Amino acid sequence: MDFTFPKEYELFRRMVREFAENEVRPLAQEIDREGRVPMETIKKAAALGLMGVPFPQEYGGMGGGETGYCILMEELGRVCTSTATVIGAHTGIGAMAIYLDGTPEQKEKYLTPLARGEKIAAFALTEAGAGSDAAAIKTRAVRDGNYFILNGTKQFITNGPQADIVTVMAVTDPSLGARGGVTAFIVEKEFPGFRVGSHENKMGIRGSATSELIFEDCPVPAENVLGQFGAGFITFMKTLDIGRASLGAACLGGAQAALELAMKWAKVREQFGGPIAQKQEVHFMIADMATEIEALRSLIYRTAWLIDTGQPHIKEAAMCKVFGSEVASRCIQRALQIYGALGYSRDYPIERAFRDARIAEIFEGTNEIQRIVIASNLFRPEGVRISP
Amino acid sequence: MDFTLTDEQRMFQKMFAEFALKEVQPLAEHIDRQEEIPASLFQKAAEQGFLAALIPEEKGGAGLDFVSYCLLLEELAAASMSFAIAVNVHNVLAVYPLLTFGTDGQKARYLNALAFGECLGAFALTEAGAGTDAGALATRATRDGDGYLLRGSKHWVTNGALAGLFVVFARTEEGISAFLVDRDAPGLKVGYREKTLGLRGLTCNTLYLDGCRVPAENLLGEAGKGMRVAGRTLDVTRVALGAISLGGARAALEAGVQCSIEHEQFGGPIALKQIIQKYVADAATEVEAMRCLVYRAAWLVDQGQLDTYTASVVKLFASTAAFRIANSMLQVHGGYGYMKEYAIERMYRDFRALEIIEGTSQIQRFLIARKIYKDRKLEIQP
Repeated sequence: MDFTFPKEYELFRRMVREFAENEVRPLAQEIDREGRVPMETIKKAAALGLMGVPFPQEYGGMGGGETGYCILMEELGRVCTSTATVIGAHTGIGAMAIYLDGTPEQKEKYLTPLARGEKIAAFALTEAGAGSDAAAIKTRAVRDGNYFILNGTKQFITNGPQADIVTVMAVTDPSLGARGGVTAFIVEKEFPGFRVGSHENKMGIRGSATSELIFEDCPVPAENVLGQFGAGFITFMKTLDIGRASLGAACLGGAQAALELAMKWAKVREQFGGPIAQKQEVHFMIADMATEIEALRSLIYRTAWLIDTGQPHIKEAAMCKVFGSEVASRCIQRALQIYGALGYSRDYPIERAFRDARIAEIFEGTNEIQRIVIASNLFRPEGVRISP
Repeated sequence: MDFTLTDEQRMFQKMFAEFALKEVQPLAEHIDRQEEIPASLFQKAAEQGFLAALIPEEKGGAGLDFVSYCLLLEELAAASMSFAIAVNVHNVLAVYPLLTFGTDGQKARYLNALAFGECLGAFALTEAGAGTDAGALATRATRDGDGYLLRGSKHWVTNGALAGLFVVFARTEEGISAFLVDRDAPGLKVGYREKTLGLRGLTCNTLYLDGCRVPAENLLGEAGKGMRVAGRTLDVTRVALGAISLGGARAALEAGVQCSIEHEQFGGPIALKQIIQKYVADAATEVEAMRCLVYRAAWLVDQGQLDTYTASVVKLFASTAAFRIANSMLQVHGGYGYMKEYAIERMYRDFRALEIIEGTSQIQRFLIARKIYKDRKLEIQP
């Protein structure tokens, strides 16, 4: 057992923190108000290799593995959830699907420019009638010679408006359903019949654009089938499993930031003749925050280690997502309460954190779905099949 | 024991619900987005007597008992929490202390304008350095001939930008005193409007008192007894805030239930899932508990028996439950709940304020614990 980070990860964290503090934090409020992460910021991240941290160097990545990627998400989550979401959806699910199941040619063609940050990725699974019940997707792909013709509408797609390359799940055989009837495709934004639909107006992560993606007789070359034909369900489950660990890492960063803010304020805010840090209600809240954050940190980096060493990690990744999102929400709740009325003001960063954090309990698989994943993995060896 | 409403109260309840549904509900999203309550809505409320709710009939008011008043707040809050709070700040934080502690002269001078919407009321207690520790306020009122000069600044004054009359707390030789301050009093300036997470229809402003001159006859209650005015007023408003929390929570629950019936996943409405049933059942249980607490406390107000302990219990329970319910009902909505097209998104932001405004949950817990220990001869300090 060794719980220390290797030297190269320590150096990487230092580099990422510098980027986050100097290039992202000063913009965080503006990103929220203006509703976008500046392209300039993405370019700077790309120049540092931050758009492809988990991927091998041969495909333009940094070779940082899941551990490196979780460090990136933690540090970005600490300063700006919107930026973490944009880079996270690009790396952790959009490009990740291609990395996990792409052919060498597909990786060369698509993963490389994505990992270098020359292009932006999105991951398109959710539809109006298929949220938690992802297998209920209706988008169809019908074979036509060397092409598949896609028709349908995807909803709530992070990076939708900016994405150059989208991994899309579509039904290729309705009679087979999720097991064998869904296929993953790589779609370029220039493909005819592909367009961006309406944009969502969200409570938080406002700097991260969310939109519909519409496919109207969109021809996708057969060589852009991602993974095995009919095995799209497996591709997106594998992708989402890994994405959940890094989402937990972004939550860890958000929780950590809330703790730091709460402590800073509790030290200087005086009521009843002394700093409020001296009040039990306040310092017990802070003690609970710190305890939960330590537990979360251990869970995240142990899960990253499971992924990097090729061990089973589905249950643990789901735990990272549930525990991470709920710890972050609880910590931000407490920090807001410690700030009192000022925490409710849009002039203070806690207000933004409060709005941003709430989505983590919902997106990339609601916490209800994560609990089903955890329970079904616990009960399967016992011979009990859990279905949603 | 009798838990039923009187015929009159039931009639009011119906009328309030109709008003909320017809006049307020359609504006709720507009109020949040535009960050203002249309003047026409205040006008309509005034025409219905809602801004004169607590003023006795013989003085031209609606003369509602407090139970009926809470029915009004519940219905208004179910439609728009911003509006319900603006109405309550006027009625309970401004009109109530005037009715309770004001002289006949003060009532004659102000009640009429307050009753008919010509003049909205506000309450100025909080300061930058005096939030939960309200007794630490630093605004001073010094004697100057036949009046006082007020110096200091007040923060988070709800209705600040709209109010014609402010109940202001300041330090005099005798201790903390309450004053009735006209908006056009020389030296009074309404400043910075807070930008808030929710309750965006409210105007919460900083109030600058720069040698603001107030005539001696505008002292509200006895000099040095201002904290009694504040304490009594806050007790009553905490019950009102309970009613507002109740109305909001009820509406959030309704939104969640509706969504769970309409939204289908895994081959049927999500209402068929146990976790959704748990969210709904827990929320309904809390709403019922809130209702009992709120209306018992409202009845105590009518009996002249409300105490600080009960007011704090109502406020603490109702505000925490209301936010918890907004949170769980947002979860029932899934991704839709995070989008501004759905009312639950606004409710989640609005309800979060309940745990802070008019006394944080922390000070309510202190007040509750203090009473428990005082009865056992132990003094505790905040």
